[in-house]
Amino acid sequence: MAQSAEHVLDHLELFRGPEYQQMLDKKKMFEDPREPAEVERIKEWTKTPEYREKNFAREALTINPAKACQPLGAVFASVGFEGTLPFVHGSQGCVAYYRSHLSRHFKEPCSCVSSSMTEDAAVFGGLNNMIDGLANSYNMYKPKMIAVSTTCMAEVIGDDLNAFIKTSKEKGSVPAEFDVPFAHTPAFVGSHVTGYDNALKGILEHFWDGKAGTVPKLERRPNQAINIIGGFDGYTVGNLREIRRILELMGIQHTILADNSEVFDTPTDGEFRMYDGGTTLEDAANAVHAKATISMQEWCTEKTLQFVAEHGQDVLSFNYPIGISATDDLLVALSRIGGKDIPEQLARERGRLVDAIADSSAHIHGKKFAIYGDPDLCYGVAAFLLELGAEPTHVLSTNGNKAWQTKMAALLASSPFGQSCQVYPGRDLWHLRSLLFTEPVDFLIGNTYGKYLERDTGTPLIRIGFPVFDRHHHHRSPVWGYQGGLNVLVKILDKIFDEIDKKTNLLGKTDYSFDIIR
Amino acid sequence: MSLATTQSIADIRARNKQLIEEVLKVYPEKTAKRRAKHLNVHQAGKSDCGVKSNIKSIPGVMTIRGCAYAGSKGVVWGPIKDMVHISHGPVGCGQYSWGSRRNYYVGTTGIDSFVTLQFTSDFQEKDIVFGGDKKLVKVLDEIQELFPLNNGITIQSECPIGLIGDDIEAVSRTKSKEYGGKTIVPVRCEGFRGVSQSLGHHIANDAVRDWIFDKLEPDGAPKFEPTPYDVAIIGDYNIGGDAWSSRILLEEMGLRVIAQWSGDGSLAELEATPKAKLNLLHCYRSMNYISRHMEEKFGIPWCEYNFFGPSKITESLRKIAAYFDDKIKEGAERVIEKYQPLVNAVVAKYRPRLEGRTVMLYVGGLRPRHVIGAYEDLGMEVVGTGYEFGHNDDYQRTAQNYVKDSTLIYDDVNGYEFERFVEKLQPDLIGSGIKEKYVFQKMGVPFRQMHSWDYSGPYHGYDGFAIFARDMDMAVNSPVWKKTKAPWKETPRAKLLAAE
Repeated sequence: MAQSAEHVLDHLELFRGPEYQQMLDKKKMFEDPREPAEVERIKEWTKTPEYREKNFAREALTINPAKACQPLGAVFASVGFEGTLPFVHGSQGCVAYYRSHLSRHFKEPCSCVSSSMTEDAAVFGGLNNMIDGLANSYNMYKPKMIAVSTTCMAEVIGDDLNAFIKTSKEKGSVPAEFDVPFAHTPAFVGSHVTGYDNALKGILEHFWDGKAGTVPKLERRPNQAINIIGGFDGYTVGNLREIRRILELMGIQHTILADNSEVFDTPTDGEFRMYDGGTTLEDAANAVHAKATISMQEWCTEKTLQFVAEHGQDVLSFNYPIGISATDDLLVALSRIGGKDIPEQLARERGRLVDAIADSSAHIHGKKFAIYGDPDLCYGVAAFLLELGAEPTHVLSTNGNKAWQTKMAALLASSPFGQSCQVYPGRDLWHLRSLLFTEPVDFLIGNTYGKYLERDTGTPLIRIGFPVFDRHHHHRSPVWGYQGGLNVLVKILDKIFDEIDKKTNLLGKTDYSFDIIR
Repeated sequence: MSLATTQSIADIRARNKQLIEEVLKVYPEKTAKRRAKHLNVHQAGKSDCGVKSNIKSIPGVMTIRGCAYAGSKGVVWGPIKDMVHISHGPVGCGQYSWGSRRNYYVGTTGIDSFVTLQFTSDFQEKDIVFGGDKKLVKVLDEIQELFPLNNGITIQSECPIGLIGDDIEAVSRTKSKEYGGKTIVPVRCEGFRGVSQSLGHHIANDAVRDWIFDKLEPDGAPKFEPTPYDVAIIGDYNIGGDAWSSRILLEEMGLRVIAQWSGDGSLAELEATPKAKLNLLHCYRSMNYISRHMEEKFGIPWCEYNFFGPSKITESLRKIAAYFDDKIKEGAERVIEKYQPLVNAVVAKYRPRLEGRTVMLYVGGLRPRHVIGAYEDLGMEVVGTGYEFGHNDDYQRTAQNYVKDSTLIYDDVNGYEFERFVEKLQPDLIGSGIKEKYVFQKMGVPFRQMHSWDYSGPYHGYDGFAIFARDMDMAVNSPVWKKTKAPWKETPRAKLLAAE
């Protein structure tokens, strides 16, 4: 028996002992397993160009996609408003999934309710669920706002949120003047970034355009402020704080819309804060008067920015700005639109990032990378790699579209380091597996699920993306701005050095290169 | 230290009753009436816990429950390792349940095993409008081509499938025939069916019956020589290796485990189970249906057991052995004796650190009762418990075999109620899920996830008990809980801001 009270062995070690190994060997006879040689043959076959061709010929099957569904994005955006409870109309299991998913990434609570529709609602519609649900949520959780979105069930049966919310108010579920913005967020259209866009647009529309016909539309009186939208972002805590710091340094009046940087980073001090921070409802309404709205992620805000532009504001979008040039562009734009100079402190931060890159670039230069993730994140990471002299080789986004592909291709064409790179919109991580076998790279950048690719193909994974379940707290540090660029640089370098050390640490064999200084 | 340990049973009962009354005040009248039926204070000697269960959740209350898809794909079918399980419908369901349940298995993932892959038909608007059957046909073909060593395929329906009138049964039959009788199992586990994961378990059990058992050759030759000691482990999902640390005990006592349902299980094991002499049922809630079916159809008796904590393990080993001859009975005694020194050492080390500490539980359909003995073996006391998706037979078992007088019982508890209960009872430890974990840790209450073992485990068996004891100790006695108060601030009281 291997187990002992002095040194408790858990799953990491327990099953490796002879008792368990013999037991598992004996179990095989009941499993009717495939011949080991056959398993080996197929395993090798999946690494071939022939398999890749079949794999890329898939038309219907998706395997290991790098995207989630719309309501996740809606919940993510909604919790970024003061005292706001996301309410997802439809089946209840979906809400359990969104909450778990966000909690596993942020290691934080995520509060969200469902209207718990079941078979009868599938037949008769979910109006009663909305009426009861809003009343219960309002009484129990005392929100300042309830932001409604939908699961695919409610969308398939065609529930009309606008009418349902109106009826609920008439029935007294919530006071007539209580804010209940809404957005239809069908899971079978787009992805979580689309849901973010729809939910945010729904909330702005509510405040700016007369709260579903119950009050006059706001009349825009332009001021000097700038609205900032972060988009769906696993680093929202660190990134939005960094953007705020930059804006404050520059002295620009601003509103961060859907600011969930506090609610996903509350302290442990004896109190559970169900709501914390967030864009105030007043600020959300007054955001209509801003002179411009800047989105940090173009493909998270297509409809929202169009809506904002229609209200007369200048709009501008970035693509997940990581590194020197992307941050330069952001600061120059902020300076131009905000009418403020870029302070010396930021110039010094820039210089420090350049300094760090100069110190380390020899280790990154010419290294090949595969990148996958949301469309904007892929763009931002690829742009930074080009700056570092690295060579992005495969860029893949399951929720990227043709327009994204075109823009990515233009970016890659603009640099000598992007010439050998291919862009893959609408593809999944099983496609990427084939790519990594047939056209290997040095490093892979992606979310936690990339660890399966790392295991199968031996490509070291650098975790940048969402979700990251198996490493802790990185979401608290920014990846945007010069400071964020430095964080990303260090993350990449740490992996590169770890890999060099791993490959040079065989005593008496390879350890002549096991250098103490690198 | 909690209030519960310093009060009489009568005081505790009065306090708990009052607490329930207070909690109900927040609700609109109709909701209060409905919720009142799910909350109670257990009275010793009663045959159940006095709560209604397996009833629809109330909209808008923040139920912790999931759906039928989660019960079928996430629990019952997903762990069968050599079959491909398609999340049929939009992308989300499969994405959120991808790899998160820790059903351990041994196999070459992507080649002959598929548990931690996410297969989805990723429905688009056109599939909703025109139906998804054609896409499903193509999905099945593509699986066959790219994963030739799969031993079968299941189709796990997401909400839209049942709403748009797809005929996944017809597709399954046609394609099965085309592939020479390949096992293809359509499962009608759309998320809107039923009130929780529970109906999904039942639907999944029925799918095994209809699409696997009913298709077996009645006199098919067994793939191995049967013995009088053949048993199957039913309802163990091998979370963190639970089924393995259970199997080892059964084999040490002389039994032969011919199938695991469904953690580290395979299609061949499912098919062989009708040859078992006894079905050993761990998670009653999720797999009693198929156990009853095998009893009726194949005459296989089934026996519930509990492998959490030495008291229940020892009791269970003897209970199981009683179905067999003296050889097995002696084997059980030998196993109990072998592990006694380990049990003694674990208890000696951890009981002094945990003695008298109170626990509140809220888990799925089994653990709200099954883990109580393990806590008691460590000197801890469970002062509140409830099921996400238990039925009345679960509450009967709880009342008759597990909980103490005046234990607070909460069925389908929601965020608000649970936080209020914890605030008042001030337990030393909470065992529940990921959605609850950070809420209570913010309040300064130690917490362990009791679905995923908080990424630890196994917790089953004697080997698992040592890990369980270590983990509870590291949660309760972590130095971090002494740091939640800033030295310049008053002692904080665990409270819930939102509801005040």
